[in-house]
Amino acid sequence: MQPSRSLRVTIAAFGALLCAAPAVYAQTVRAVMQSDLKIVDPIWTTAYITRNHGFMIYDTLFSEDASGNVKPQMVDKYDVSADKLVYTMTLRDGLLWHDGQPVTADDCAMSIKRWAARDPVGQKLLPFVKSIDAVDARTLRITLKEATGMVLPSLARATGPAFIMPRRVAETSPNEQISEFVGSGPFVFKKDEWKPGNKAVYVKFAQYKPRAEPPSGLSGGKVVKIDRVEWLTIADQQTAVSALLAGEVDLIEQPSHDLLPMLKKDANMQFGDWSSLGNQYVFRFNSLTKPFDNVKIRQAMWHALNQEDFLKAVIGDPQYYKVCKSMFLCGTPLSSTKGMSNLLESDFRKARELLKEGGYDGTPVVLLQSTDRIVYANLAPVAKSLLEKAGMKVDMQSMDWQTVVGRRAKKEPAAQGGWNISLTSTNNALNPVESSYLDAACEKTTFGWPCDAEIEKLRSQYFRETDPAKQKALAEAVQLRAVEYPVYIPLGQWYQPMVARKSIGGLLTAPAPAFWNMTKTGR
Amino acid sequence: MLNYILKRLLATIPVVLVVAVFVFSMLRLSSADPAAIIAGDNANAQQIAEIRGKLGLDQPIVTQFAVWTGRALSGNFGESFFFKKQVSELIVDRLEPTLSLALCTIVISVLIAVPLGVLAAYRSGTWLDRIVMGFSTLGFSVPVFVIGYVLMLVFAIELSWVPVQGYQRLGEGFWGWLQRILLPSAALSVIYCALIARITRSSVQEVLGEDYIRTARAKGLRNRVVLLRHALSNAAVPIVTVIGLGIALLIGGVVVTESVFSIPGLGRLTVDAVLARDYPTVQALVLLFSLVSVLINLLVDLSYTLFDPRIRY
Repeated sequence: MQPSRSLRVTIAAFGALLCAAPAVYAQTVRAVMQSDLKIVDPIWTTAYITRNHGFMIYDTLFSEDASGNVKPQMVDKYDVSADKLVYTMTLRDGLLWHDGQPVTADDCAMSIKRWAARDPVGQKLLPFVKSIDAVDARTLRITLKEATGMVLPSLARATGPAFIMPRRVAETSPNEQISEFVGSGPFVFKKDEWKPGNKAVYVKFAQYKPRAEPPSGLSGGKVVKIDRVEWLTIADQQTAVSALLAGEVDLIEQPSHDLLPMLKKDANMQFGDWSSLGNQYVFRFNSLTKPFDNVKIRQAMWHALNQEDFLKAVIGDPQYYKVCKSMFLCGTPLSSTKGMSNLLESDFRKARELLKEGGYDGTPVVLLQSTDRIVYANLAPVAKSLLEKAGMKVDMQSMDWQTVVGRRAKKEPAAQGGWNISLTSTNNALNPVESSYLDAACEKTTFGWPCDAEIEKLRSQYFRETDPAKQKALAEAVQLRAVEYPVYIPLGQWYQPMVARKSIGGLLTAPAPAFWNMTKTGR
Repeated sequence: MLNYILKRLLATIPVVLVVAVFVFSMLRLSSADPAAIIAGDNANAQQIAEIRGKLGLDQPIVTQFAVWTGRALSGNFGESFFFKKQVSELIVDRLEPTLSLALCTIVISVLIAVPLGVLAAYRSGTWLDRIVMGFSTLGFSVPVFVIGYVLMLVFAIELSWVPVQGYQRLGEGFWGWLQRILLPSAALSVIYCALIARITRSSVQEVLGEDYIRTARAKGLRNRVVLLRHALSNAAVPIVTVIGLGIALLIGGVVVTESVFSIPGLGRLTVDAVLARDYPTVQALVLLFSLVSVLINLLVDLSYTLFDPRIRY
C-alpha cells in the first residue's frame, strides 16, 4: 500500500526540519591575542597577556567599571570605618573555586598579601596596612595604620589587580611562580591543553555565580555565554588577518593599524574596544647620565617635541589617536592641561635656548628604536627629526623590542653601552601612584631613574589623601612639578581597536579583554 | 665502515662544543635582558634584579657556562626561562610538526624535481629544458615567505581548499594533518625543487655523454631504461649530496615557514626563544640543529656506497 500524498509530504517536511535543525555543539571562540601566553602567574609578572589570563580564571574583590569607577565584584557589601582605618568586606554567597570548594575570606587575605608583596602599587599600600584578617568564612577585614584613599582603587586596578587565589596557591612565595591554576573566575584554564607558542584554552566555569548587575567594563555580571575560548598564537599579523577573513579565527585582540583599512572593507568585520582608557606614548630619558641628568636639557624636550607628528607617523588614522597635553590619560578623572599650555608645540627657538642654558656640548644622544613593534617603530625617526631641528645630535640605534627592553635596563652612560632616550607606551597613566613613569624614586624606580624628592612627596600625599577633590589637586601638583622637573614627555594618546567577525555578539568595551557576555552564532 | 662511522661520530664532539661556546657567548654578549622581559613593562628595578638572581643571570658568565655544560652533559638542558617546562619536553612537543613539514617538503621536492631535472637533461636545449630552468631560477629568487603568502591567498582564502594556518597532529586525523601541512610544504619545497632540479639536470646531462650510455643505447635499450637505470643511478651521488645539503638548509626555511603558517614547530620555538632571550631553549635548539646537520652529512656520505660501489670507507 502506497502512503497517501499528505503523509509523504508530512514525512518529507519532518525530514527537512530535522536537517535544518541547528546542531548542538560547543560554542568555541578562537581569538588571536596580543602575544603568546608564556607565564601564567599574574602576580609574578606585569606582562599584560598574563594579566588578561588572570581576568579569565580569577576574580577580584573590586573591579573598575567602564568609566573607571571602583565597584564591588566578589564583595557583596563593604563598610569603611569613620576614621577610614578599617575596611570590612563581606564576600558574595556561593562563590566557588574551580575545584568546587568555597571561596573564603582567608583565601582573600592570603592573596592580597602575596599581591602586595609583588605589585608596584601593592608595595606602596603595604606600609599603610596593619593587618589583613579573615573575621569569619565570608568576612575580610583590612586594618590600616594610617588612612589612605588607595585601598579599593589598588585592589581594583585594571592594570594589575589583586587576583584572588586559593590560600594554598597564594602561599607560594611572591618570588616563585605558582604551579596550580585554580581560580574562581568565569573560565577554567585547561592546563592539559595549554601549548605555549600555540594556544591556551579556557572553558566555561558552569558553577560561576555572576553578579546581578549588567556588565560594565571589568565589573558587573560576568555571564559566560560560550563554552570554550581558545587563545591562538599567530605571530605573523598578515596570517592572523587572513585567518580572520577566512573565518578560522573569530577575533584579533590587537590588529596592527596599517591592516585596519583592509579589514574595514570586509562586511563581516566589526570593531570593538578592549583598551578603552587608551594608551599614552612615552618619551623617556635616562636621568642618570649626560646630557639628560641636566634639568634644563630635559625641559628643552617639552619645547622641541609635539604630539601630532608622532601620532600621525605611527597611528595615522585620527579615529585612533588624540593629542592629549596631560600626564594622565585624557578622558580619565585626573586628566588636566594645567601647566601645559605652551609646551609640546615644537618651539625650536625656545628648545635651543634651553639646550644652550643646560650646556649641551653637541655629543650625540643615543636614541633606541624598536623596529619589530609596529606601534613603536616610527616613533624614533620622528623624535630624531624633531631633536635635530632643535639642535641636538642624535644617534638612532635600531634593534628588536626585546633588545630595547634589555638595553634600557642598563644604567651606564651611552658611550659604555647605555642609552639616552627610549620610546614606549603605557596605559597606567591614571594617577600619580599608578603611573610607573611618574615614579621619581631614583634608582628604585623603572628605567630612566628620575630622582626628585618633591614628586615623591606629592605622590605620597596623594596616596594618603582620601578626598577625591584633594587627590585631583595633588595630581595637578604632580603634573606641574613634572613640567618643571621632567621625568618623561607624554607623546599623545592612542587607541588599539580589536576586530571580530560579526558572528561574535555581546562585545564589551573594557580596559582589558572581556570574554564574558560574548555570544557566537555558527560554529 | 664501523671505524669510519665511529670516527665521524667522535668528530661531532668538537663541532658541538664550538657551537655551544659560540651560542652561549653570543647570547650573553647581547644587550637583551631576559629578566626585564619576564618582569614586564611596569616592573621596577628591584623586581628585575630579583628575577635576574632567580635565573642565575647575576653570576659570572664563566660560572653560568660551567653550570650549563655540567647539566647538558648529563642530558639536562635545564628549564625554559618562560615556559616553566623542561627544554627537552618543549623540544619533544614541537618535534612532530617540524618533522612533518621537513619530510613532506623533501618528498614533494624529490618527486617533482628529480623527474623534471632528468627530463630537462634528456631534452636539453628544448623549450621544456628552458621552462624547467626558468622556473628553477624563479624558485631560487623568490623568498619563501612571499611564496607562502601567495599560496595562502590563492588556495586558502580565494579557493578555500585548505586552512590558512595552524597544525593538526597526525594522531588527530590524517586528512586534517594533510590539509594543514600541504600548503606550507608546497611553499617550502619551491626552493628545493629549484635546487634539486638544476643539479639533477647537470649531473644527468654529464652522464648522458658517457661511453656506457652510448653502449646501452647501442644495445637497443629503451630510453626510459637508459635514463633511469644507467644515467640517473650514475648521476645519483651529486643529487643525493644536494638533497642532504637541502635538509640542513631546510632548518632555516622551516623557521620562516612555521612563522608564516603559524605552525607550532621547532622553527617557531627557535624564533620565540631568540626574541624572548630564553637562553636555555636557544642553546639546546642550536645544539640540536648542529647535531642534525652533522648526522645528515654522515648519512649522505654513507649513502654514496649504495650508488657508487667504488666508494668504500
